[in-house]
Amino acid sequence: MRERERDAEQGDARNRTSLLKKMEISVAEAEKRTGKNAVNMQETYTVYLIETRPVDAASEGTNPVPDSLWRRYSEFEQLRNYLLVTYPFLVVPPLPEKRAEFVWHKLSADNMDPDFVERRRVGLENFLLRVASHPDLSTDKIFYSFLTEENGWKETVFETGFQAKADSRLKALNATFRVKNPDKRFAEMKHYGDELQSVISQLLRVRARAADRLYGVYKVHGNYGRVFSEWSAIEKEMGDGLQSAGHHMDAYAASVDDILEEEEHYADQLKEYLFYADALRAVCRKHELTQYELEMAAQDLTSKKQQREELATGTIRTFSLKGMTSKLFGQETPEQREAKLKMLETQIEEGEELVKERNGECEEFVKSAWVDIERFKEQKDHDLREALISYAIMQISMCKKGIQVWNNAKECFSKM
Amino acid sequence: MSGSVVDNTVSSGNSSAAIPTDISGQILDLDEDDDLEVFSKDTTLTDGSSLNASMQTSSASMINQYKFEEEEEDADTKDIFVTVDNPESHVTAIETYITYRVETKTTRSEFDSSEFEVRRRYQDFLWLKGRLEEAHPTLIVHPLPEKFVMKGMVERFNEDFIETRRSALHKFLNKIAEHPIFSSSEDFKIFLTAGSGELTSHKKQGPGFLSRMGETVKAVAAAVRGVRSRPQEFTDMQEYVEAFSQKISSIDKVTQRIVREQKEYLEELKECGPTYALWSQSEEELAEPLKNVAGCVDKCCKETDEQVKHLNDHLIPVLHEYVLCADTLKAVLRRRDNIQADFEAKTEALATKKADRDADSKVLSLAWGSLVGRSPEEVKQQKQQKLKGEIKEMRDELDKTEDRLEWANNALKSDWTRWQKGMRTDLRSAFIDTAERNVSYYEKCLAVWESFLQSQRTDAEGNGNVDFS
Repeated sequence: MRERERDAEQGDARNRTSLLKKMEISVAEAEKRTGKNAVNMQETYTVYLIETRPVDAASEGTNPVPDSLWRRYSEFEQLRNYLLVTYPFLVVPPLPEKRAEFVWHKLSADNMDPDFVERRRVGLENFLLRVASHPDLSTDKIFYSFLTEENGWKETVFETGFQAKADSRLKALNATFRVKNPDKRFAEMKHYGDELQSVISQLLRVRARAADRLYGVYKVHGNYGRVFSEWSAIEKEMGDGLQSAGHHMDAYAASVDDILEEEEHYADQLKEYLFYADALRAVCRKHELTQYELEMAAQDLTSKKQQREELATGTIRTFSLKGMTSKLFGQETPEQREAKLKMLETQIEEGEELVKERNGECEEFVKSAWVDIERFKEQKDHDLREALISYAIMQISMCKKGIQVWNNAKECFSKM
Repeated sequence: MSGSVVDNTVSSGNSSAAIPTDISGQILDLDEDDDLEVFSKDTTLTDGSSLNASMQTSSASMINQYKFEEEEEDADTKDIFVTVDNPESHVTAIETYITYRVETKTTRSEFDSSEFEVRRRYQDFLWLKGRLEEAHPTLIVHPLPEKFVMKGMVERFNEDFIETRRSALHKFLNKIAEHPIFSSSEDFKIFLTAGSGELTSHKKQGPGFLSRMGETVKAVAAAVRGVRSRPQEFTDMQEYVEAFSQKISSIDKVTQRIVREQKEYLEELKECGPTYALWSQSEEELAEPLKNVAGCVDKCCKETDEQVKHLNDHLIPVLHEYVLCADTLKAVLRRRDNIQADFEAKTEALATKKADRDADSKVLSLAWGSLVGRSPEEVKQQKQQKLKGEIKEMRDELDKTEDRLEWANNALKSDWTRWQKGMRTDLRSAFIDTAERNVSYYEKCLAVWESFLQSQRTDAEGNGNVDFS
């Protein structure tokens, strides 16, 4: 806890982190493997090569061979689940999507498709870099061994008991409960998370449909190429001009593939924040849960204190069945009352301890979470702005290509 | 055009097709007896510098020079300007129709005035086209817009449809005005200048229904017979027209498909801007760039919309015209073939007749002669006389048909070259225009996104935290 506070106080932690200063991390390759799965059936899956290299070695110019190990997507998932459970107050970076969504028709939705695998490789690398550059997450031992220990990592992570916690966390996050004094900031953050998720989903959908149509427009121009070529065969003076114009039409039609591939990268950047929104919402939910538990403990304590008071003074301020029955069937013996009081006192003591504990937890949570949320906000604003800028740059590049092709075509037409 | 013709024995059963009398240059090779007079040479040749030029003489004041060197001069010496505009709707008890204003400005002497303004409806244009085709079966008349478009169930009175039609009618009249032969047509002049009453009565003149029927029957018969020895150049033309027709139709279809796809792209793109705008409402720091992006996307939408309109209004009509042209060319080639088939049939018939004359038909004529009480010599004389008369008639008819064919071929060849030139010019400029428009579209979108980058740069310089590498 102390360590985290210190790191947080060090300010802009995005680039000044302990782990990335020491080592370079990359997900260099992807390969197909076949093996037997948990139910002893043959399956094909992809593994990704994680390479790590000490930073100092590279800067000295010696360039040694990096350490490397292979991991599959499910292991990344385990790592992330562990992190979610261990650092519930942090906005944990998301993994690239499990299945291809928001695809436009030319893009494959098949997990084995090489383009999908390649984009996933990039996404996984991005995930590791995000974790490694996080002031708190980067110091985690399990994360470190994920990067460096090929064998035995699975057992190590299992021993932390995160799996059980992960299950109960999921249950808790999905439970419905009402908080009496919600923290306004967290409520707003949660609402923002919802909106972000909704609007990015919509944007991705619309973008995919537009990409589909754009593909059609460009590809139909390829037909000009074919027909101009055939037409040029029957013309004398016009032939050359038509033929060469046709070539440019073919080039135009072909150019859309690169254009849309670049746009896919932009879509991936949006998707990362779509999933980040989910992580943000999880933190807010966790806060609600913590707050709720505190409120429950406090409520319980208050009711116990009341009971004690009633017992001590003999007055019944609140209706209770016990009270009624004792009225109806006669008072208890002084010994019984004494025993009861003593029990209540113990419970109240414990209750006060619990409330204090939970209060402390809550405060801690709010403090740490809010620091991370601020960090996240800054990162998001920066990253998404960059994404918009790179989108504009892509559009400009597309326009430039268009200008070139049509100017060339115009020249050919002039020679007709 | 049936003006009065010099030095010609006109048989009244003929159609209103022009009957040329002078042969310039090419004489068709016919297996003929030398003793028969073949041609009546007429020297009312105008400046026949081009061997292939076919001449058509009519009334003295309307002699046409059909030279192609003059084509370039046409642009500078254009002396007739025709405009079609101002569509208006007319409602009568029976029907509703549209008329268009046709304005003519000319310095030509054959026109009584220098400016004319009349109103014409589609039917009138159809009539004019028909007249020109009748008068010149192997000249190429620019196509009219179609009667109505079935595709998409376009309403006849839909604004876009009317505008498309108006533009096509304008082009049609201008093509006629540019044509060396058509522009001197009496029908054309009347079309441009006559009041509606005068036009109606003029329409009623001209070949009646029956003679036109007769011509059609002849044409069908000729078509059935087919052409025996079509000159190679016309076969080449036919092959070209077939191929051209296919190609231009393909291009037309491709272009229409592009327009469709662009429109659908536009529909999707229209939703992007508002989504960015919606997003900006949830953000603080990001609100400004997001709103900016929303604006950029909306501007690009507008540009895309205009680009599609341009394709629709400029490229597609031109392509469509040439699709129709291909059909016109096919019809022209067919008519030429029919004329040739007619000539071949008549040639055959004459040869048969001559064979009759030369053959010894003693038995029959003697038998007949004895029946009517004449000597064999007498019978033979009578028969020979009769045949001689028939042969002379057929000969004359054949001459006329041969002239007709010659003229038709020459007319077609000249007009063919002219048409190809026009086609090349029209399509070239339409494609160049489209390419330029596309360049302009991309340039405008480029500017939109560059201004966005610029705005982010100035912001970043203010905040000092963005990398533009």
